[in-house]
Amino acid sequence: MIAAGAAIDFAKPVPPNQDKRWRLVEATIRRLGQQSRGLIETLHTVQEAFGYLDEDALKYVAASLRVPLSRAYGVATFYHFFTLKPAGEHTCVVCMGTACYIKGAPQLLETLERELGVTPGQTTQDGKVSVLTARCLGSCGLAPAVVYDHEVSGKVTAAGMREQLGKWKSQ
Amino acid sequence: MTPEELIGIAESEHESQSQFTQGVNVCVAAGCLSCQGQAVKDAFDQDIKRRGWEEQCQTKGVGCMGLCAEGPLVSTHDGRMYKHVTAADAPEILDSLGGAAVSRLTCATDIPFFSRQKKIVLENSGVIDAERIEDYIAALGYGSLIKVLTEMSAQEVIQEVTKSGLRGRGGAGYPTGLKWSTVSKATAKQKFVICNADEGDPGAFMDRSVLESDPHRVIEGMLIAAYAIGASDGYIYVRAEYPLAIKRLRTAIRQAERLGLLGNSICGTRFSFRIELRLGAGAFVCGEETALIASVEGKRGTPRPRPPYPAQQGLFGEPTLINNVETYANVPVIIRNGGDWYAQIGTEKSKGTKVFALAGRIRNTGLVEVPMGITLREIVFEIGGGIPDSRNFKAVQTGGPSGGCLPSEYLDMPVDYESLARAGSIMGSGGMIVMDETSCMVDVARYFMDFCMTESCGKCVPCRVGTYQMHRLLHAITQLTATQADLDLLTELCDLLKNTSLCGLGQSAPNPVISTMRSFANEYKAHVQDRACPAGVCGNHARVQP
Repeated sequence: MIAAGAAIDFAKPVPPNQDKRWRLVEATIRRLGQQSRGLIETLHTVQEAFGYLDEDALKYVAASLRVPLSRAYGVATFYHFFTLKPAGEHTCVVCMGTACYIKGAPQLLETLERELGVTPGQTTQDGKVSVLTARCLGSCGLAPAVVYDHEVSGKVTAAGMREQLGKWKSQ
Repeated sequence: MTPEELIGIAESEHESQSQFTQGVNVCVAAGCLSCQGQAVKDAFDQDIKRRGWEEQCQTKGVGCMGLCAEGPLVSTHDGRMYKHVTAADAPEILDSLGGAAVSRLTCATDIPFFSRQKKIVLENSGVIDAERIEDYIAALGYGSLIKVLTEMSAQEVIQEVTKSGLRGRGGAGYPTGLKWSTVSKATAKQKFVICNADEGDPGAFMDRSVLESDPHRVIEGMLIAAYAIGASDGYIYVRAEYPLAIKRLRTAIRQAERLGLLGNSICGTRFSFRIELRLGAGAFVCGEETALIASVEGKRGTPRPRPPYPAQQGLFGEPTLINNVETYANVPVIIRNGGDWYAQIGTEKSKGTKVFALAGRIRNTGLVEVPMGITLREIVFEIGGGIPDSRNFKAVQTGGPSGGCLPSEYLDMPVDYESLARAGSIMGSGGMIVMDETSCMVDVARYFMDFCMTESCGKCVPCRVGTYQMHRLLHAITQLTATQADLDLLTELCDLLKNTSLCGLGQSAPNPVISTMRSFANEYKAHVQDRACPAGVCGNHARVQP
């Protein structure tokens, strides 16, 4: 942390490590003029590049945009889209929109809980599968919908879901 | 870009398209893409190449055709439509062009689902290629912008929009012309135009579909609005959960900039306008305008008390116009055909058409655009095709978590802003979820309260604590452990939240509870007094907690 009263070099906050993906983040920060209004956009870039936001990333972004770390943390935790934990090897997002809900999404979550022993927001102990929920994917015509590794699947049944989990397991 | 150049682009596009004697349109909007629409499109491209038909048969990836449940959908230029098409079906469909249709895949287009609709906002959806600005221009696109810039004063544009009677399509139904006029009167060096594309209601996908199928229409609407109110910068605040819509918007903005339809001195006039995208990050409350502004500013999306309204002090403290995607999408047509023409459609107080997303226990799930004033029965039973599996209609939910559930006695009510409000619901952004007897209305109320509780931003106490307590009570009712005292307390909390919450989220959070308590009081009674769920939903399976 920065000590009170210490001289702060705003010009060059250094990325946490040598990873080349930080260049993407730097590009976004430059594009938005290093201003605090670019905070959400910058966090989007970090998450897109690294998959999640860790403490080092938040510190770096906060320093680059000259906002208190508390504000960066506040924004990162306020919005559901941002995650502070790395996701598992595979992700399974169950849509909990109204159409999916009345067409059996809760039963799909029960299936996942039974098969994997995790509830939404958790990752299996072997780091293989993360289970998440979405408010609404907008694929209501295909309810209930599930996103397996970024691919939307419609009219999902518990049996179909077990099959997909089996595929991942055998990989 | 001059008017002549625009006409030139349209003409050369018409010419190059008329060279094709046949054509196939494949839906590549999100609904069909999630059932392999892209593979179908690729299969057509490959087979046309194999046959050497590139010169005579055109393939186009188009936007939503509406009937999402039957996807992937394919239409041909000789007027046929096919459903559930797979990549393997492409050769057979190509063989049939100009001959007899492939009957096993045919999707009838003379059914009420298609014939009862009136398309204004969706006129180009399923027809043009969303990723080519030339195709939009050929369909009269950007003609309204040119008309406004060359023939109309800002005041005349606002008059035309006022005359059309257009009201905000985001849900509240505030007169659009009045809003524009207020922002135009505000004096400031800089003003902003924001497009609210943070479609957060679960069960609503109209805005996503418009953005994916016809993004230029929204950009043109924003340009006209900016000209009318005197703004030079605009933002589209779109959900990060809609990657395809974001991609197509980015493409559209780039194309418009390249043709000089966005940027400095547009069409050689003194009017300049730039649009930037801002991605939402999954907070329902950001649909509320002051919260949305905070989010565009890079802050937490928490609302603030109004006044001052954004029309006076909005983004970065400057006067700001915020409208919904569908509102902007109506504007180019209003300018093209005139406000009087638009005002002929609909009812006395609700003009024009409304796009609805039909979902739930209904046969034809998908996207429909209907004139205001149509009855719920026509939407659900004629256009929607009724309830599948010979079950009975129970309720239709409109307006998402801020709306209500309308039972069968409201089926013959006309759909307009006032009627829906009188019936205890709201127009909302356009989600329409049909429920049959397998849905428990108390469980549905609990579901929406769970949603509001999770989405409450936590700024004001009535909403933060109230939604939690209401959810606790509804949870107890669905667990069949509640008492009459709990029910009384629930009623009291409805009143409290409605009257004391800071923003629309908290004020409208009790709506699903109030409307179900009113229309389905016997179900609440059964849960509390008889400890039984008439629909057989409650108490059976473990509740999912956030």
